[in-house]
Amino acid sequence: MSAPLSFLFRPGRAAWLFATATCWLTLLMAILLLRQVLAEGPISYPMGSWPVPWGIEYRVDILNAYMLVLVAAISAVVMSFAQLIVERRIRLPEHKQPWFYTAYLLCMTGLLGITITGDAFNVFVFLEISSLSSYVLISIGRDRRALTAAYQYLIMGTIGATFILISIGLMYVMTGTLNMADLAARLPAVAHTRTIHAAFAFLTVGVGLKLALFPLHLWLPNAYAYAPSVVTAFLAATATKVAIYVLLRFFFTIFGPQFSFETMPLDLILLPLALIGVFSASLVAIFQDNIKRMLAYSSVAQIGYMILGISFVSVTGLTASISHLFNHALMKGTLFMALGCVSFRIGSTQLERMAGLGQSMPWTMGAFVIGGLSLIGVPLTAGFISKWYLILGALEKGWWPVAVLILLTSLMAVIYIWRVVEVAYFKPAPEGQIVREAPLALLIPTWTLALANLYFGLETSFNAGVARQAAEMLLGVAP
Amino acid sequence: MQILGLYNYWIFIVLMMCGFYVVISRGNLVKKLVGLNIFQTSVFILYISMGKIFGGTAPIVINQPDVVYSNPIPHVLILTAIVVGIATTSLGLALVVRINEAYGTIEEDEIHAQDQEEAL
Repeated sequence: MSAPLSFLFRPGRAAWLFATATCWLTLLMAILLLRQVLAEGPISYPMGSWPVPWGIEYRVDILNAYMLVLVAAISAVVMSFAQLIVERRIRLPEHKQPWFYTAYLLCMTGLLGITITGDAFNVFVFLEISSLSSYVLISIGRDRRALTAAYQYLIMGTIGATFILISIGLMYVMTGTLNMADLAARLPAVAHTRTIHAAFAFLTVGVGLKLALFPLHLWLPNAYAYAPSVVTAFLAATATKVAIYVLLRFFFTIFGPQFSFETMPLDLILLPLALIGVFSASLVAIFQDNIKRMLAYSSVAQIGYMILGISFVSVTGLTASISHLFNHALMKGTLFMALGCVSFRIGSTQLERMAGLGQSMPWTMGAFVIGGLSLIGVPLTAGFISKWYLILGALEKGWWPVAVLILLTSLMAVIYIWRVVEVAYFKPAPEGQIVREAPLALLIPTWTLALANLYFGLETSFNAGVARQAAEMLLGVAP
Repeated sequence: MQILGLYNYWIFIVLMMCGFYVVISRGNLVKKLVGLNIFQTSVFILYISMGKIFGGTAPIVINQPDVVYSNPIPHVLILTAIVVGIATTSLGLALVVRINEAYGTIEEDEIHAQDQEEAL
């Protein structure tokens, strides 16, 4: 992983080129890895050639390979987008620009590391690598409130990470191993003890803090709203997703679904939290005037959907969660990058400033609309697929009120996306305001993601198909 | 007797709760960081005490088969966690310095008040 190298490149541009090349290469490797896993089954790679239960193992199965592709793809696209923003909007001095890319690459390393590792303690280490660098990235925002937002995130994130650390410690005490596969094999023997119950609770709360599960989401709106738009696009599309991956990995692979959902009544806790989260966050989003903040609240709501899928504990529910991970990354990436283009031209993301942008920046707003449609879950977009599975999952369980609520909250998404569309397309631009279309260097990455939204809405074999295989693997159902 | 025997776990819990309480209750950003530090340190104690075996020596390989030694892995793990703790604290303090430059205060409620004024 070549993060530290990038700061050796003195001029900002060279560092950017290097970082972008790294990201795309990583993506290539991730895709190759996924193909190999799909063809041959899980791959295991012992670090430093120490035999597996003692040494640290990298273990790749369908779920991680899928997540790796997601993280690498988003970071590659967003990185291609970053250069102009860093130079013109954040206005970092030339000699400091390489540091930005260093932090970005470090964050990516951390996220990839969490995903790929097969060692419980390693998860914690990589988690801290990625969160420390994301605090730095958030605090780069030009608004001074970015600083307090980053500080708040630092406090919450550290508490969360420490909870995870306690939980891993307790598990180690009871089993004497840190390897995930080993843990899974040894936990059932001690699963009835209070220590393991405590470990489980600590873990749920800790990861809940990281992924901004509903009552623990307070850090997220500020952090997303005041961070630079590149950073927001990157973090919104990857960081919380990886936290959900950690949750899936621990609940299903390590503790096993039987312990998580039968011994501990996890689904009964997650279900109401997810529903309240979706509902209240969508409601708050409707009343936001800063679009970035609005999308941040909608992220909280979307995380609620993913948790909802997990709480169904069925193959369909999990498929919905996992494919929603992917689709949400696509749509939020598109939306935040389109917003990045907007703020690049008009210097603000306040709703009232966006009047008339539909005419002056048609391509940017076009991408925004596609992202928005996908967020709502209109057919032919990626968002539709995962919502479809989610509702199927709810109906399968016979929980039709849940399905109704999912539809209702989608309607709320219509309202808040519509507010933007209305202002941008139907309000006349203020007198004398001349806004030009965003430069191509920003438009191309944005549209790449926007088109991906459409593509994955039509061609579902990748996101839904692989997600289904991963879900079957997690639940231990023979495919 | 059992309660006394587990005294370092009791210290762990007390310290953890102290730290957590400080983080929640204090408005001063530096004091919050101090609380966070206590909170993290308490977890280090948890890890270190679980590696201890009564009568064990330091885990150094000497060619005597019946030597009882402490489990080194938790200690190694916690070294990593200490490094992480240092990084977190220093980053947090750096942020506090910048907040102080931007707002001229490190009291949470004053910062909040300034933000509110700005919004109006």
